[in-house]
Formats: sequence, C-alpha cells, structure tokens
Amino acid sequence: MTPFVYSRAADLADAIRQGAGEHTRYLGGGTNLVDLMREGIERPSALVDVTGLSADIVELLTGGLLIGSAARNTAVAEHRLIRTRYPMLSRAILAGASAQIRNMATVGGNLLQRTRCVYFYDDEGSRCNKRQPGQGCDAVDGFHRNHAILGTSSHCIATHPSDMCVALAALGAVVHLTGGSGERSIPLTEFHRLPSDRPDLETVLQPGELITAIELPPLPLAARSTYRKVRDRASYAFALVSVAASLELEDGRIRDIRLALGGVAHKPWRAWKAEAMLRDAPAMRAAFEDAAHAELADAKPLQANAFKVELARRTITAVLAELSEPGT
Amino acid sequence: MIIVNGAEVPLPEDPRVSLLDFLREHIGLTGSKKGCNQGACGACTVLVDHQRILSCLALAVQYEGREITTIEGLGTADALHPLQQAFIEHDGFQCGYCTPGQICSAIGMVEEVRRGVPSHVTRDIEADAVELTRDELRERMSGNLCRCGAYNGIVEAIAGTFVEQVSE
Repeated sequence: MTPFVYSRAADLADAIRQGAGEHTRYLGGGTNLVDLMREGIERPSALVDVTGLSADIVELLTGGLLIGSAARNTAVAEHRLIRTRYPMLSRAILAGASAQIRNMATVGGNLLQRTRCVYFYDDEGSRCNKRQPGQGCDAVDGFHRNHAILGTSSHCIATHPSDMCVALAALGAVVHLTGGSGERSIPLTEFHRLPSDRPDLETVLQPGELITAIELPPLPLAARSTYRKVRDRASYAFALVSVAASLELEDGRIRDIRLALGGVAHKPWRAWKAEAMLRDAPAMRAAFEDAAHAELADAKPLQANAFKVELARRTITAVLAELSEPGT
Repeated sequence: MIIVNGAEVPLPEDPRVSLLDFLREHIGLTGSKKGCNQGACGACTVLVDHQRILSCLALAVQYEGREITTIEGLGTADALHPLQQAFIEHDGFQCGYCTPGQICSAIGMVEEVRRGVPSHVTRDIEADAVELTRDELRERMSGNLCRCGAYNGIVEAIAGTFVEQVSE
C-alpha cells in the first residue's frame, strides 16, 4: 500500500474542505477501497473518514425516507420501515456480500464500490481499460462468464456488483451530493455511467463531491416487491443475474410496475422498456415473457456469457409471476 | 487508543496497518487468522462493539476508541467459552485455522438474531423474531469458509450452544 494521510471528518463542511485535496478519497467501511489499495490499484495520498457523518434513517414529510450515507448496510436492511415499505431493498442488501461485510459497508460506499472484474484486479498480468485507459481489455477474449450483456462497449464488459443499487434503481432513489460548489441531487439511475470509451469513469461524481444521503420516494406499490438473485453458490457470491421488482395490480391488470436488473451491465439496469410494455397490460405470464424479451433485445453477449440472456428473461418472468400471485 | 479485550492499547502510527495486522503483529494476539487477506474467507472475523467485522479490510486507525473482542477475549485454555467447548465436542474443525473466526462470527451472528435482523433465507421479512433454523444458521455463517469442510460439526456446535431447539 502506498503511504497516505488519514483523517476523520468532524462534520460535513470539514469533509468537503478536506476532500478537495488532490488524490484524496473519502473512506466509508473500506471493504472495497482498502482491498484495492492493498492491491496497488487505488493509490490515494489522503483518506478522509466520513463514517462519523449522518447515518440516520428518517421519515420525510413526503412519506419517503432519507438514509444518511454513513448508515451501514445491515442497519438499512433491518430497519422496520424499509422492511415493510420497501422489502425489495432489505432483500437486496441481505443477498449481498457476507454479514461481516454488511456490518462494515456504508450506503455511500456501496454506491461507490468499483465496477470490476478479475482482470481489473490482475494488475501485473492483464490488460484493463478501467485500470489504464487505452490499454485494452483481456476479458473480451478471456474468462467472461460473469460479465455484462447490456450497455457494454468494446472497452469494458465488467458488471457493477451491488445488489443494493439494483433495488435503489427500481425504487427511483435519489442521490444527494455535496461538493465545493454546493448541493445537488440526481436519480440513482443517472449516477452510474455505462463504460463507453472511458470505463475508468464509473459515476458522474465531480472531484471532491460527497454522497450525503439516499432518498427513497414514497412508493406504496413497493410494499409488494421482492429481489431475486441467481448465482453460482447459495450464498456469498456475486449475481449472475438479479431482478428487483414491484407490482401494483388492479382487476388482473398491471397498474404500475418497477423493474431493475443486476449482474448484466456496468451499472444497475433499470428495465424501462419492460416497464413501459407492462404498464396497463394483463398480469399474465405471456406478457411478462414478451416484456423480458424486449428488454433483452439489445443484449450483446459474448461466447461464455450468452446464457445470461435467457437466464435474465426467465428470472424476470418468474419474479413477476411470483409477485402477481394473490397473497404476495 | 483502542480497547482490545478490555485493555487500552495505543493505535499504530502508520494508518496503513490493518486491524488484523495490528492485532497479530503489533500486540501479539495471533488468535485472529489471516486467510485470504481480501475479505473472502472470514478467518479474521473479530467483534467491534459486539458486531462482527472483517479485521483484514479494516484500517486499525478507523477504530479509535472502539472495543475490539478477539478469540483471546472470549475464552482461555483453562476456561473455554461454551462455544469453544462445543466445537471440540462436535468436531467443528480439523486444522483449526478458521475456528477463531468461526467462533467470533457465530457470537456476532447470535446477537443479530436476538435483534431480529432478517437474512437472505428469512421467509417473512417483516417478522419481529427470527427462528434460528439450520438453514438460517448456514446462510448467516456463509461468510466463514472452512476448507477442511467441517461445516456439519460447526453448525451442530453453534446450534447446540445457542439454540434450544433447532428445526430442520
């Protein structure tokens, strides 16, 4: 690990002041950043520990919830209002990582974990455009069974590994940011970037900008929601494909729907196309299949991850069928 | 300062020192083990203010003023923690390398269950109380690998210590 200066932010203003320094990174639970620093892939010269900033989860007058970015993943998953109003979010968090890591990881840090693959980690043996722009990507002709099928570019096919962010994308969460020039808020679906020709740029964060909170809008249909993760092991593995979904039904028709996919793209993938097709459609298997088919129509899989296209279609269909059964 | 097993200890000057290296190399508590050193195996699990974390992914300086409990703080050779005794009785290990992490993790896990934290396999996510079935126990302990494959004994040791009646 290259040497760095460690300091703790006393408050938000102090964090922003310290975070303006060159090669300075904010530190949450450290579960991804510390690991990447040890591997020599991240080399900040200063870390500003922001785990002492707001970790509160508060109900807003709108009926939504505001989650302080220092809240630990476990604290969000176990929160009474999140379990009852946004169960897909609790389920998504609980499907991710291990209990120890969920106890450490903050919400802000979860958003900012690197979109990554094994070639990104292999600093000495592999080419990676994310590590070194323009170098080339060894995953395209290598082991890419776990890699992306949607929104890919020839420069990068890594996936964003967060489960939590898939649920946040489906729920229409808003990311609150503070930087040297003030505050702004952006939808989570616009926070992460697709790789294009700059896979090293993963979010729209400006230098020195800090995530202060995640806002969940009031969304009554989210009470009927779930998250399903398909992976190689029963537990503690990244998703091959995951689905966050919520349905509002009326007389056998879909009045409203939220749908997002994980494990398929460089960012959490909101299934806008499928949602538009299913809004006001009959809640029937054939409609789910058609919508899933349309959402995956632009998939560009490679040899070893082509199975994900069919897996994603089937998982979307199965989750929506499950949610449309009475009593769920 | 940081509090390790009840004793105040000065923090390392170099912020690069992980909590695991601090425990093992700086203050001689070698019970916590370095398996993968990248957050994948759970051998380095310790308790911070009664919550289980991975000490290999933690910088020691981040935990100033916090209470750390390692396997050395749970039991001694002369006075074993009941869970240590149960690991012996149920053959919860072969080589023993993952055992300190397994035991710290299980103690943190039981605290989570008492608090009502649901898991990936909890059917009713809204329920206040969690029944610690063997499925729940396996899922909640999935962050601790045992390459000898002593999982059945580990599950029995934890169930025997913390669960009066574990349903299948």
